Order: sequence, then structure tokens, then C-alpha cells
Amino acid sequence: MAEVKDTKAVEKTPLFGKEEKQLIYDPLFDNNPITIQVLGVCSALAVTSLVYPSLVMAVAVVFVCGFSSLFTSLLRNTIPKQVRLIVQLVIIALLVTVVNFVLKAFAYPVYKQLSVYIGLIITNCIVMGRLEAFAMANKPWRSFIDGIGNGLGYGAILVLVGVVREIFGKGTLFAGSGIDMMMIGPSEDYWINTMATEGWQTMFGWYANNNLMVMPAAAMFVIAIVIWIQRARNPKLVDIS
Amino acid sequence: MGELINVFIESAFIENLVLAYFLGMCSYLAVSKSLNTAFGLGLAVIFVLGITMPINWLINEYLLVPIELEFLRFILFIAVIASMVQLVEMVVEKYSPGLYAALGIFLPLITVNCAILGGSLFMVSREYTLPESVAFGLGGGFGWFLAIIAIAAIREKIRYSNVPPALRGLGMAFLITGLMGLAFMALMGIDPAVIAGPQ
Repeated sequence: MAEVKDTKAVEKTPLFGKEEKQLIYDPLFDNNPITIQVLGVCSALAVTSLVYPSLVMAVAVVFVCGFSSLFTSLLRNTIPKQVRLIVQLVIIALLVTVVNFVLKAFAYPVYKQLSVYIGLIITNCIVMGRLEAFAMANKPWRSFIDGIGNGLGYGAILVLVGVVREIFGKGTLFAGSGIDMMMIGPSEDYWINTMATEGWQTMFGWYANNNLMVMPAAAMFVIAIVIWIQRARNPKLVDIS
Repeated sequence: MGELINVFIESAFIENLVLAYFLGMCSYLAVSKSLNTAFGLGLAVIFVLGITMPINWLINEYLLVPIELEFLRFILFIAVIASMVQLVEMVVEKYSPGLYAALGIFLPLITVNCAILGGSLFMVSREYTLPESVAFGLGGGFGWFLAIIAIAAIREKIRYSNVPPALRGLGMAFLITGLMGLAFMALMGIDPAVIAGPQ
């Protein structure tokens, strides 16, 4: 018993200890918000046809998720139980409004592309889910880490889906961001030139852009495959229903 | 009138909120395990979308735009939705206990259903008029209703199929939704103007 007490006393001191690390790692893999908890699928699948908007969306959600957890946790003892949902919604809506205007000012093209999906971060279930499940019962710093971790877990899937869809659908990466990597396509400008007549590039002569990947439905297939791989590797995650 | 039918058909079939825009995905995946509950939730969504859209339209047009408070749009819209859901819940409970028993549990869930807020935001960005926004709300709700009923029915059937264990449940739901999305794309060929008749 004495030992247990000791470890608890020690744990209080490090700012980024083992538990905090767990809070980041867990949602990235075994407790991923999208593939395991099925939260927050709503607002963002439509933006993943290109990597750049997915990345922006991911950063926005990490920001909103982290800071809404922090603020809610700071206020947790003053919020009455009955109106907590409204208070949480107002905190989230405030942060999303900030994100909205920052993007409008500094990244107008991507703001146009994301259109209503920025506003829809408000109703993104991970944000509210984390507030309800974690921030209302934990200290500010840990809630902040937890929010960031869940935002990252969400963003990781978003970017992964974006990469797959953009490479196979358009043959590019980061189109529209200014980096514009041309990966594979039928001309000299691409890294892999499918029209090449000599060298190793001739191996890819069969390649053609897959238009299915540009369609919204492709996001569902890519996520289904991620879920499949994840659950095949870790049978504990399989749900029976 | 033809214009309104256009908007309705477009929002219900061609630009289905779930299958084309992925709105309301969380409750769509979580509540589609049985047909009965899916039916209840679907009705509630039609109901709430049909009510919140015109109210948000009025607020946007007569309150936010004239005094240039558009930056408060998100907060006001979500507050309207939350309070409308609460109000609808109370009214339904008082006057129609039967309907309340059917919808009751699902109404609070709807506050955080992205389809509702998404509908209102689409309404603003597409600059609908008041009657159009009503048609869009009802049409979008109907499309959502159709989608959740279809997937619930399929998921009830697929329980008896021999699916790889790792894909069971959630994985299959994603795959089916993807296939349904592809199937709904076939409806893109519909020309709403033809159905609505000469204007």
C-alpha cells in the first residue's frame, strides 16, 4: 500500500509523464476516435479528397479540441449540471468562430474549399464527447493533453484517407498548398511518368487515375479498410453486433 | 412551386445529406442497428430540420445581416437548434405522448447531429429564400430518413451473413454506406426540372 501512495505522489510532479503520454498515444491507435469510438465521422469525410484541406481541417480540430477541453476543465466546477451542454456548445462555437476567421484571413482558397465543414466542427462529436467524458472530470492540463491527443487521432485518419485518395485519384500530393507534389501521371512533370518509354518508369504504364477515389464514397471504403486492418491485428477490438 | 419541388428533390436524392455530404454520420452509424429505432430517429430529423431551417433563416436575414453580426452565426445557430430541440421535445411530450414515446429518446441526440447545423449553414452559403429553405429542410430530412432506413434494413439482414470477423459491425457499415453512396450517384441523372413540370 505504501508503494502505491508513493507513486501517486511522484506522478504529480512531471508535467509530461507516463500518463500524459498514454493520453496522446491511446487515441492515435487503440482508441481512435474515428475507427474505434466512431465519433466525429460526420463533419470531415467530404474534405478528404485532397491532402491539403484534410491537413488544415485536422489542425483546426486539434486546436478546437485541445482548447475547448482546457476551458471546459477550468470552468468545470462552476458549470451547473443542467445547462452544461449549452455551455460546452458555446465554448466550442466560440473557438470554431476564431478558426473560421483565421482561415478566412490567412488561407482564403482552402477556407472556400472547406466551406461549411469548418462550422461543422461545432457538432463534431469527438469535441463534445471528450468534454463530456474527460474534461468535466479532470484537471485542466490533463484535459488539454487529452483533447490534443483525440484531435491528433482524428487528424491522423483524416490525413491518411486524404493521402490515399489524392494519390490514386489525382496522382498529386498537397495540391493547392503551394508545395504541389506531382506524383504520378501521363507527362514529364510528374515524378513517375506513365508515358515514359524507357527506364524503370515504364513499369507504371498501366496506371490511370481512379475517378472513384475522387467521389465521396471512396472515403468510406478507405476507412473500412483501415478498420479492417486495425481489427485484424488486434482481435480485442472486434465488436460482435 | 416548381422551384420548391426542385429544391426538395435535389436535397433528398441528388445531394443526399448522408451519402453525398456525410452529415449526421455519427448517429447514422450508431442508431442504424435496428429498423425500428432508425425509423424513429429518421422522423425526428425530418421534424427538427423542417422547423429549425426557417427559424435560422429568419434570424440570419432579419437579425444578423442588418446589424452586421454575421460572426455570431455559429453560436446563434447552434443555440437556436439546441433550444428548438428542447422546445419540440416539451411540446411533443405535452400534446402527443404517442409520438413522444417514439421520438423521445432521440430528440436530445439531434442537437449534435451535424445534418441539422449543416443544413442551416448550406442554406446561408447557397442563399436560399424562406420557402426554399423550408423545402430544403424537409427534403434534406427526408433524404436522411431514407438513408438511415435503408442501411438499418441492410444491417439487419447482414447479421446472418458470413462476414470476416474484423469487418463485422462497423467495417461493414462503412462499406455499405460507400456502396449506397455510389448507388445514389446514379440519381444524379435526374433532372429536377422535368419532374417539377413547366414553370
